[in-house]
Amino acid sequence: MRKVVVGLLFAVGLPILLIAGWWVVSDGSTSFFWPPLAEIVRVFPKTWQGDRITADVLPSLARLGLGYAIALICGIGIGAAIGLNPRLRAFAEPTLEFFRAIPPPVLIPVIALFAGYTGWTAKVVTISLGCLWPILLNAVEGVRGLDEVLLDTARSYRLRRRTRLLNVVLRGASPQIAAGARQALSIGVILMVVSELFGANRGLGASIVQFQRSFAIPEMWTGIILLGLIGFLLSVVFRFVEHRSLAWYRGLRRTDRRL
Amino acid sequence: MSLPATTSSPVAGRKFRPAAGRRTDLFLGALGLVCVLLLIEIVSRTGLVDSQFLPPASRMGAALVTDLGQRDFWIAFGQTVRGWAIGLALAMLLGIAVGVVVGSVPFLRRATASTIEFLRPIPSVALIPLVVLIYGSQPQSALILVVYASFWQILVQVLYGVADVDPVVRDTAHSYRFTRWTVFRTVVWPTALPYVVTGFRLAAAVALVLEITAELVIGVPGLGQMIGVAQSSAAVPETYALVIVVGLIGVVVNVFARRVERHVLRWHASVRKDLS
Repeated sequence: MRKVVVGLLFAVGLPILLIAGWWVVSDGSTSFFWPPLAEIVRVFPKTWQGDRITADVLPSLARLGLGYAIALICGIGIGAAIGLNPRLRAFAEPTLEFFRAIPPPVLIPVIALFAGYTGWTAKVVTISLGCLWPILLNAVEGVRGLDEVLLDTARSYRLRRRTRLLNVVLRGASPQIAAGARQALSIGVILMVVSELFGANRGLGASIVQFQRSFAIPEMWTGIILLGLIGFLLSVVFRFVEHRSLAWYRGLRRTDRRL
Repeated sequence: MSLPATTSSPVAGRKFRPAAGRRTDLFLGALGLVCVLLLIEIVSRTGLVDSQFLPPASRMGAALVTDLGQRDFWIAFGQTVRGWAIGLALAMLLGIAVGVVVGSVPFLRRATASTIEFLRPIPSVALIPLVVLIYGSQPQSALILVVYASFWQILVQVLYGVADVDPVVRDTAHSYRFTRWTVFRTVVWPTALPYVVTGFRLAAAVALVLEITAELVIGVPGLGQMIGVAQSSAAVPETYALVIVVGLIGVVVNVFARRVERHVLRWHASVRKDLS
């Protein structure tokens, strides 16, 4: 019991101190850029409700989810195919490395050339292209790093192709794929925001910029805080999913270490 | 610290491959690149994709060559690389200093864990509106974004690294009455170094992304800004040429970071095994 309380105190202590510090220091603030925290907290619920949620925040998140899902499916599929075939890998790797090295936001002007940059499609394409490379390359690496004996064993037990692919190849590569997926998630959030800074339309990122341009500074701050919360929540959700799906892997490592 | 193996293992074991295989790989890789270029050329020339959107590779190449002869291009190039380097260096200094101090004091480590977990996933682009207000399109705007984004990459790796120190070794050092500095220099730093270098490699890539983003979105002078200008003035081959340049910088940054990794860790088992 005592341990839990101490743990809790450690977890919330510094955040509370920091927020309290911000509150006190900014309290009498007349600085234009740094409004009092009390003011920011006051306008927060008013700013993010009704129309703003349904017309800006939710569509942004939907675009992120859609783009991310496409990237996951394509990345794992193509990655596994390339990883399983050494010649194909040697053929494709330098090209893939080049595409990965292009900073993802640069895709936006290129995609804008094709179809302008107003609709959903361009944004979803941007997000999924940006998220694709870390997932794909990690999938290639993960599949490549599989134990040869494991693959041969699966083959000699005449596991069906489908079973082999799902239960041996993808499962074995999943820790590395998860690492790629985590990287991709933060890239996805970045692209979600940046893609909205471009086309002058709606969305979470667009609203924040709109606040900034109209000098609604406390509202702008609420937007920044909301984005932070979304980033944090997404990483919590990711960790939860990863924790559940990779439980076998952690157990394996624990026994490895004990030996 | 749920999955140390994948993200934080310092140097993934690479399989040893004979030189002949490597040469075939190089050849196949080059072939792959050539095929992609040819594909773009054909798709564009035959009109399968409108050349207004995707010009033939040869025209991208021509635009690239023109760029290389221009003073403006090299100025922008310098601005981008300088912004990247300064931001990365600052983030390294900050990340290592904070990481070593926080990581070595158990109380601090426990007290800051939740805050770090909270602040880290905040997308650095969320700061864009703020830095625009304060600095506009000056280089400082890009610098703040770059430092913020790459700081976390390094900090987290340094924390992993310091936590990895073998307790027996640490206790031994203590019982020999090593000074704090000697413990740091001979015990903590060599253990943490592989992690620090991984942090450097990750941060180097992230820093480039944020530098280019700031240039593109905020209009901080540099290659990103040039891309924005080229795109909005419908200079299509030029846009592609600049994107290629930025991609090449990215490749060079990755290769450079790997070189640094190998050089700094040449004493480390994971690298020495590789060289044998």
